[in-house]
Order: sequence, then structure tokens, then C-alpha cells
Amino acid sequence: MVDGEACGEFSRRGFLRSVAVASATVPLATGAVLAQSAADGHSAHSGRDEGSNTVVGEVDYAKNGFDPHAILTDWDKGAVSTNADGRIVREWTITAVDHEFEVAPGVKFAGWTYNGRVPGPTLRCTEGEWLRIKFQNGSTHPHSMHFHGIHAARMDGVPGAGLVDPGGEFTYEFEAKPFGCHLYHCHAVPLKRHIHKGLYGAFIVDPDPLRHPEARDKAAARLLGSPENARWQELLMVMNGFDTNFDDENEFYAVNSIPFAYFNKPIRIDKTRPVRIYLINITEFDPINSLHLHAHFYDFYDHGTTLDPTNRMIDTIMMCQAQRGILEFSFENHEPGLYMFHAHQSEFAELGWMSHFEVV
Amino acid sequence: MTATRFWLALPLVILTLVVALLLSWRPLDRFTSSAPPVENANVESVRLTGGLISLTLRTDGSEPVIVAQVQVDGAYRTFTATPQTPSAWLGRTRIDIPYPWISGEAHHIALVTGTGVVVNHTIEVAQETPALDGTSLALLAAVGTLLGLVPVAIGLLAWPAMRSISQGGLNFLLALTIGLLVFLLIDTIGEGLEEAAETIGRLRGPVLFWAILALTTLILLALGRRQGRAPEGLALAGFIALGIGLHNLGEGLAVGAALATGSAALATYLVIGFTIHNVTEGIGIAAPLARERPRLVDFIWLAALAGLPAIIGTIIGTQAVSPLWIAVCFAIGAGAIVQVIIEVGALMTRRAGIGQLLSLPVVAGVTVGLAVMYATALLV
Ligand SMILES: [Cu+2]
Repeated sequence: MVDGEACGEFSRRGFLRSVAVASATVPLATGAVLAQSAADGHSAHSGRDEGSNTVVGEVDYAKNGFDPHAILTDWDKGAVSTNADGRIVREWTITAVDHEFEVAPGVKFAGWTYNGRVPGPTLRCTEGEWLRIKFQNGSTHPHSMHFHGIHAARMDGVPGAGLVDPGGEFTYEFEAKPFGCHLYHCHAVPLKRHIHKGLYGAFIVDPDPLRHPEARDKAAARLLGSPENARWQELLMVMNGFDTNFDDENEFYAVNSIPFAYFNKPIRIDKTRPVRIYLINITEFDPINSLHLHAHFYDFYDHGTTLDPTNRMIDTIMMCQAQRGILEFSFENHEPGLYMFHAHQSEFAELGWMSHFEVV
Repeated sequence: MTATRFWLALPLVILTLVVALLLSWRPLDRFTSSAPPVENANVESVRLTGGLISLTLRTDGSEPVIVAQVQVDGAYRTFTATPQTPSAWLGRTRIDIPYPWISGEAHHIALVTGTGVVVNHTIEVAQETPALDGTSLALLAAVGTLLGLVPVAIGLLAWPAMRSISQGGLNFLLALTIGLLVFLLIDTIGEGLEEAAETIGRLRGPVLFWAILALTTLILLALGRRQGRAPEGLALAGFIALGIGLHNLGEGLAVGAALATGSAALATYLVIGFTIHNVTEGIGIAAPLARERPRLVDFIWLAALAGLPAIIGTIIGTQAVSPLWIAVCFAIGAGAIVQVIIEVGALMTRRAGIGQLLSLPVVAGVTVGLAVMYATALLV
């Protein structure tokens, strides 16, 4: 019903526009108009196009090689085996590649990436496992993978300990600990440049219920693949920004790289199932970023390293760079509709970090 | 004959070969292969109408400059670009942004191109671009009349008083004319170069400005002397009126632009200032006629020639003209002023001899001319 109304508005506007402007025009993203009119509640009350706060056109995700909607849930569990001691070993191969992609419709960005995507693969494992990350550098610059976790100095992924020259390779090995919502990123210098070009990704360590007998159920709910976890709708959100003209200020802000991606095409949420967001801030240049959820409050687990919330009943969380955490909430008692969430730095919101949940 | 043709053709053939070689071999590519395309873009004009910001963008680069996204006041906005892909070489595109702009406030626009380059433009004071309907045309014409025609006519009224003037007095008046013309020249060059600097690099605005200025002077000098004699009397007055008229065209553009982009209060003071300022111009036009017997109709066309361009300028100025054309107008105006300075100087030299050029009345005249123009310019 909402769709029908919005489509009618779109086609009428589109018609007026094509009459007014004879030659080529940039088509509005259908989703943008849908989202905008539905969100503002102002349906077509005049023939005039009032414009809206979004980008024009659509990003070619196929050509980019990654889709922000897919990134929300594509947990990379790696290859699992068991070693002689009976311990689970989890292995990944990650390659750094220079990759130019469309950061916003029509805008190219010469990125540096892990496996050709920004953010890089979401590495997901369980605490106590032995992790082996084979890192190959297919880029034209030296890079590394620096994990936020607990490991030996020689596995730290900094100059002198796992920094890899172009064409080289290094395997980072350590135990998965502590459980939580973590990240990895390149730690080559200049750090600012290597991070904002796109070398970062999520590193999620699920708690092992056997190690937390006092909170077994809570741990199990976090453990990907467990029956207790199945009802959860888990989403990864990496808050980032892109400086396209190298003036040390971001032109675009987003979660999972593409500005307004979830604004123009909302994230569908089943209201009967709870929501868990793994939220990471890797925004360069700006000291903080934030997530504000409309019409709702959530529990927050700073760094995800506890099984009890560190903040209860909040609707805005502020994070410095590399800070991260887990948000839990449910729309069970809400009526269906579009619920906004965005950075509560209005600047970031209006430059792309603006999103919708479509609760059904 | 054949040999001449051969030697004319040979350099052309070699030049063509060299260009073809550079284009096919592309020896510079190894220096520029990793460089992003060169992109130049310049907002040339802005029109504000109800809920819509329209920009005219001049673009230039090694590849077409495509505006991919548009920010208004730090927020991405929906927009249309016409054409979406302008030509790479001196392209032009219009960006229409539906936006509830706020009258009297500043708006910052950032255009993000396909390579992530950002072109910034600030609308200092947002003001509706006047629609050219009957009412506003009449109003603008009235402003232009006050600005150009009326003051020149007032100045010309001083003519009867000049008739009984002594030779020294006449020299003073002519020198005063030179003084005021020199002031106008400096003013015109300054404004013209300012506009020229706002054009995109490849158009070489300042070079174009000086070339048009010089050409205008040469053409007008040749026209004035086409019968072998320097212009005097009515003809000289006509050329002075033309020079001042072309200058007033530029002044009209400035006032029109102030009406369109600045505040109304500024435009009011501009009109008052220019009106007082321009009375002196009428005196300057009348000066070569002191010993003549012009008819009333002569005064009318002189006033029209000097004053009417202000009306045209005011109307055009409100319509967001590209700085290149304003610079061209100023260049022509400045060229015309140089011509009349030369001719008035020549007239004085013929009448009183070269030695008289540094006499007291002449020096006093130039000084008073400059001083009066400067003083009245303070009102602008
Ligand atoms: Cu790096």
C-alpha cells in the first residue's frame, strides 16, 4: 500500500521532470523516493519536486564485488579442522588487493581492500579455537593485519611483526580470545591512509557456552549455529567514511561503506525475532561516531566482552575509532513500519550514514 | 608560385605529422598513467527560484567532468544534471537541485565529481532571481534610467555654462574629462580582471580581457579617424558617450547582479552612488561641445548612448550572467575609454600645444576629475 502510493508519486514526478527537462536526466532511485515519502509522511501534495536528502542513482554492487546488504550477514567461518591435541583450528586466507570501487553512485574510489571488499571479510570464530590467518599481499603497498584480540607480540601485524611487502605472505596465529565483537585492520604507516583506504574488517569471537556455566544460555544465544542463536537476527555494521578528495575529511559516511544503502533499501526485520547488531566504528578523521535508533531503546555490550549489558535502555551509543560493541533489542511490541537509525552527528547522517529498518 | 605554395604547405604538413605522432605514440603517458584525469569545474552562475537552485557549471578536463553527487549545506540532495555528461573540452552543464533555500541566508554547495573531486560554491546571500515579467522589467528599466540616462542628462545641462568659458577654462574641463575617464578606466580594468579570474583556466580570461581591450581601442581609433582626421566636437562627444555607455553597461551588470544575489539595501546604495557619480560623466561628454552649436536632438542621442546601456546591463545582470561575458563587456568598455582618453588628449595637444599638457589648468583638471570620481565612488 505504501509502495503503491510512493510509486504513483514517483511516476508523476518523473513525468513532470521529463517534460521540464528535455535531455538526459539522472533518474531518482526508486527506493529513495519510496523511503523518503514513507518516512516523512508527506505524500504527493504538490506537483513540485521538493528533493530529498540522499544520493542520486545506484551503485553497481556486482561490479564492486560486494553488496552492503550481503555484508550484513555473511559471516566467514573459515576452514575448520582438528589438530593432534584435539583442538579446533580455524583457517582463513586473506589477500590485500588494490581495488577501485564505486563508493557512492557514480563516484569512484581507489581503495585498498582485504579480498576486494570494504569492510573486509567478517571473520567469525568461537573462543578457545586456534586461529590461523594466512595473509597474502597482492597490493602495491606493504600491508598487515592487526587484530584487536589477545596474541603474541610477533603476531601483532605492525611494522617488524607481520608487516608484509607486496607479493609477500605471513600467517598470523593465535588463540581466539577474548570473546566479543572485535576488528582487524592494516597497521602499516601512514596509519590514517591505510585505514581510510579500506583495510579493515570485523573479527567476531563467540563465547563458548561450556566456559560460562553460570551464564550458559546467554553464551549459547551468542554462539553462531547453536539452537539458541537461531532465532536471533544478527547483523554486522561497520561505521566508516571515505575521503574521496584527500583533504582529510570524509565526503561520504556509511555503515558497510555505501552511503544511504539501507536508507534507500531498508533492512527487513521480522518483528517476532530479536535483533543483535555487531557494531564497529572505524571512521577515520572524525573522533567519534554513533548509532541512534528511532522509537526504541536497546541494551549495549561494550566490546561484546561481557554476557551482561554494560548499558541498559539506551537509544544512542557513542564510539571512538576502533571502539565496538553489541546492540540487542526486539521490535516484538512495535507496530510494523519503517524505523530509522543513523549517526546522531547530523553531519554524518546527511552525508550518508542514514538507514531504515523495515519491520514486518 | 609553386615554390611559394610548397613552402607554405610544408610547415603545415610537418605540424600535422608531429601532432599525429604525439596522439598515437603518447610518450607522456608513462608519466601520467597513474594520475587521475584532470578535472576543472567552475560554477559560473546561480539562479534561485521557488524551491529550486540552478547552477551553470563550466567544466574542462582530460575527460568529461561528471557531477555524480551534490551536497547542499553538507547534506546529499537529489538533483538533475543537463546534460549529464558535458563535453570534456569546455563543457557546460546545468545542475538543478530542488531545495527549500532560505531567503537572506548563505548556502554552501559542494559538487562531487565521478573521481571524488569536490567543487565548492557558496551562495553568500540567497535571493530569488527576478523573473523578467512586465512589472520587474519596468522596475529594472527605471533603475537603469536613474543609473545612466538621468545623471548624464543632468551633466549635459551644464553645457550652456561652458559656452562663454575661456581657453584655460576649456582646457581645465577637457582635463577634467581625462581625469574622470582615467578613473573609469582603472575601475573598469579592476572589475573586468576580477570577473576574468573567475572563468575556467583554459579560457584564459585575463589574456582575453587585455586582448579585447586593445582591439576595441584600435578599432575605435581607426573608426574615429577613418576620414583621416581625429574626431572633434560632436564626433568626439559621441565617442566619449560611447565609451561611458559601454562602461555603464558594466555598471548596470554590477547593479543587476547585486539585485539578484546581494541584498536590496546594497542595490539601493549602489544606484544612489552611481547616479551622483555619473553626473560628472555628462559634464565630460559636454566638454568637447563648448565651442560648438549642437542641436537638442544631439544632446538626446548623446545621453541615450551614454545612459541606455545601463538599463540593458541592469536587466541582463539580474539573470546570472557568466563571468566570462561580464569580463568581455568590461574589456570593450575599457578599450573604448582608452580610445577617448587618447582622442581628448590629442585634441588638447592640437589646440594648445604639447607644452600645455602640463600646464596648471590641465593638471588641476585631471586632479579634480580623479578626485570628484573617487569622492563620489565612496558613495557606491
Ligand atoms: Cu596497509
